[in-house]
Amino acid sequence: MSSITLKNVTKRFTSKNHGTVTAVDNFNLTINKGECFSFLGPSGCGKTTTLRMIAGFEDLSEGEIWFDDTIVSDRKKNIYKLPEERGLGMVFQAFAVWPHMNVFNNVAFPLKVKRIHKNEIKKRVTEALRQTNMEGLENVFPNNMSGGQLQRIALARSIVTNPGILLLDEPLSNLDPKLREMMRFEIKELQRKYDFTIVFVTHDQEEAMALSDRMLVMDMGVIQQIDTPQNLYDDPANKFIYRFLGLSNFIDVDISDGRVYPKGSSGKSIDCEIESGFTHREGTLATRPNEIDLISEGGFRTTIKKRIFMGTYLEYRLDIGGQEIRIQSAFDKGFKEGDSCGVIFNKLKWYPKESLDTEKEREMRKII
Amino acid sequence: MKNRKTGLSDRLRVMDGKKFNINVVIIVLCIIILLITVVMPMVMVVYNTFFYRSTFNWKLFFNVIADPANMTAMKNTVVIAFLVTVIGTIVGLFYAWLIGRSDIPLKKLMRALFAIPYMFPPFIGAIAWGLLLSPRAGYINKWFMQTTGSQTPLFNINSIAGIVFVEVCYYFPFVFMQVASALERMDPTLEESARIAGANQFYVIRKITMPLVVPAIAAGAMLILISSLSHFGVPAMLGFSQNIFTLPTKIYELITRSAGSFEGIRQGASLAVLLVIVVVIALWVQKLVLRSGRYDIIRGKSMRPMLIKMRGLKYPLILVCIGTLIIIVVLPLCVIIAVGFLKAYGLPLKLSNMTFRNFEYLLFSSKMTIDAIKNSFILCIATGIIAMFLGTMIAYVVVKVKAKAATFLEVVSLLPYSVPGIVLAIGVILMWSGAFYVNLYNTLWIILVAYIARYVAFAMKSSAASLEQVHPSLEEASRSCGATHLESLKDITMPLIRPGMIAGFFLIFLPAMRELTTSLLLYGPFSRTLGVAIYAIKAEGNIVQAAALSSVAIGIIFLGDMVLRFVTRDRKGR
Repeated sequence: MSSITLKNVTKRFTSKNHGTVTAVDNFNLTINKGECFSFLGPSGCGKTTTLRMIAGFEDLSEGEIWFDDTIVSDRKKNIYKLPEERGLGMVFQAFAVWPHMNVFNNVAFPLKVKRIHKNEIKKRVTEALRQTNMEGLENVFPNNMSGGQLQRIALARSIVTNPGILLLDEPLSNLDPKLREMMRFEIKELQRKYDFTIVFVTHDQEEAMALSDRMLVMDMGVIQQIDTPQNLYDDPANKFIYRFLGLSNFIDVDISDGRVYPKGSSGKSIDCEIESGFTHREGTLATRPNEIDLISEGGFRTTIKKRIFMGTYLEYRLDIGGQEIRIQSAFDKGFKEGDSCGVIFNKLKWYPKESLDTEKEREMRKII
Repeated sequence: MKNRKTGLSDRLRVMDGKKFNINVVIIVLCIIILLITVVMPMVMVVYNTFFYRSTFNWKLFFNVIADPANMTAMKNTVVIAFLVTVIGTIVGLFYAWLIGRSDIPLKKLMRALFAIPYMFPPFIGAIAWGLLLSPRAGYINKWFMQTTGSQTPLFNINSIAGIVFVEVCYYFPFVFMQVASALERMDPTLEESARIAGANQFYVIRKITMPLVVPAIAAGAMLILISSLSHFGVPAMLGFSQNIFTLPTKIYELITRSAGSFEGIRQGASLAVLLVIVVVIALWVQKLVLRSGRYDIIRGKSMRPMLIKMRGLKYPLILVCIGTLIIIVVLPLCVIIAVGFLKAYGLPLKLSNMTFRNFEYLLFSSKMTIDAIKNSFILCIATGIIAMFLGTMIAYVVVKVKAKAATFLEVVSLLPYSVPGIVLAIGVILMWSGAFYVNLYNTLWIILVAYIARYVAFAMKSSAASLEQVHPSLEEASRSCGATHLESLKDITMPLIRPGMIAGFFLIFLPAMRELTTSLLLYGPFSRTLGVAIYAIKAEGNIVQAAALSSVAIGIIFLGDMVLRFVTRDRKGR
């Protein structure tokens, strides 16, 4: 078990078409011993780059990385430990199981490199395969194996040396949903047995929340927020994080004389309290589809545009001043399409209006 | 072929058959054409070796094999091919790795430049090296003897070593290109996971990278081996004067010595059978040595592979690369062009000795060369178009229809790939000089027939690659919109594979332009090709004109290659 510390870590890439791009901007962060920590963000946000810097596949442009009390990368002191000198375990998105070796040799590879005695290798490989439920497949070649099996081989290979840190680069995104859920538990279970620190990269918020003790949400190379999954979900620091963590409704509003008017709603106001400290004259209200109630009398009056039966819940689409919102409700209260209804917001988050430039830059980075 | 998912469903295929069945027409047409152009000539070679006046007679074959001169030729062929394959593979592998995995600069440029020897006609390269390194007159040898006062030349190109050297120069790109593209397509995390597991760079190369590119190495080495075994141009240019023969040059010598008599051709045919046997054995041995598996190493995410830092070695390595390019491309090219401008062979390479007269004569006065260039263009364009359509039809049957005949068509159309050109040429002579009431001997037609047989495989591969990209749902969508089978082919499939067909045309046009072996056996007084003209002028001893015409040939091929790149650039982008 080791801790990982990033100090002022910055990575810049120079590309011909876009000039210099800061992929990771001044990261300061400590991942504690035995923690399961995830990097969450959209593609191109710099999360994989950060993981690759920790693994040693990318050098830093600035800053330093420590494992416990050892520096592994330091730009100023010109220290750069190669990936093979860092003693990590890592699982890649495409699993990277070597097609020219059978299962046993794939898993035994890290031990063979260390020139460990044959009997010891056999013992530890067998144990690793047992832990990942791959016993009995030692002599099989990976050509026709399923994603789940390849994943298990990759896991066995990364834990066989008993590393202090396990890096996971979107390891579940190539699996089907059912298997994905199962593997989450198995990874957690392995961590409990082998006691390593996990750093986990994903773009799937559900996966991140299910697995991590703490998580980091990043966007455009900048840390947006670090917290436990629950705190993050309950109190996202900005609109981007709010949107990224789950289904969301955003209502643009004008505020005057302490009343809240949805834009385009011609003078009807929402009955709610303005968050203390919110002084902007314009803003965006954020709410999840299951945090809104439908009532027949009172509330913010509007009509039901659409009603969709989804099995475990009902989904409604309503119109608030030309802005569509979704409501999910577990109980059928008898509303039909075209009915008049009232809306009550149980929980609202207040965000200032986002500038257009931020949106544009995000689109730009996706292209790169 | 591999992907079973690219054809229409069985049931639909059966339904199509009830009306006018276009597929059956295509299949029958393909079979007939391939039988006439490819299968029959081969059969004729074997038949004429073992049958004389319709009775079985193995004496001729035995006599040919027992002749010590032929045995020496066979030994030379095997030795040269073995050395060229081994050295060419090592050289190709080294540069492929350097450009694929190290951090030397100018890699893109290098990659493009290393493909140049691929289009440089080897027999012209041999002429160039003869000019530079022939023991007495070669420019480098002369300079060496003058400056050092030595009596012996630096290197004698008219030797087995010389032949090996020149062939390596022009054949190592086979391995280079195969391995370089395998390294490009390889998932970099396969190597990264080994690094994470604690292996250093060299261990990863040895245990992970190398084994994974073995199939690519095997494919490239096989191409080198086949090409070298059946290669005619270089040993002809460098070996004849020293009586160094290989099987292909010996066959040519047997036939020309007998001035095209039937007996000579029969002897040539026997030797051709021997050559085919050698090729088959060599391929079989190579298969034993390099067991090639098929690995799925295609990458998932687009991530740059981790490049190995060369540090202090960076610039020496760049110099080695540039040096290699100068030796295999720049030097021969310059000497060919420079000598082409000389007033007379033997004069020092000075500006005052230069003239445009050679080019003027060849391009405007000499009927022979003008006709040769014209013939080559007619032949190459005609072959390109005919083989392109034939190849596309075969590819369609193989990839989309998957009829029972598909395997037969695939094997037969790819056969000329591994059958030496000189063997095919003998077959074509035996077939088309009156044996079946058609005598095309001494006409352009006989060369056209041979070219089509030789190059249809190129078009077939190019079109097959495009056709596999066309998902059956595209054709199905057109059918569900009310289009007939024929209309779907015309409006959906054909437009989609057009780039592949056009590329196929140029993939035929370019090698056909520099073709020498087949044309040399088949040409008549009025059907010389560009390659034959260069060979003939060189054989007359008119070196400066041979060099000038060679420069013209290289120019034409270079322009053709530019057009090919222009045509295929959209497909390669991204």
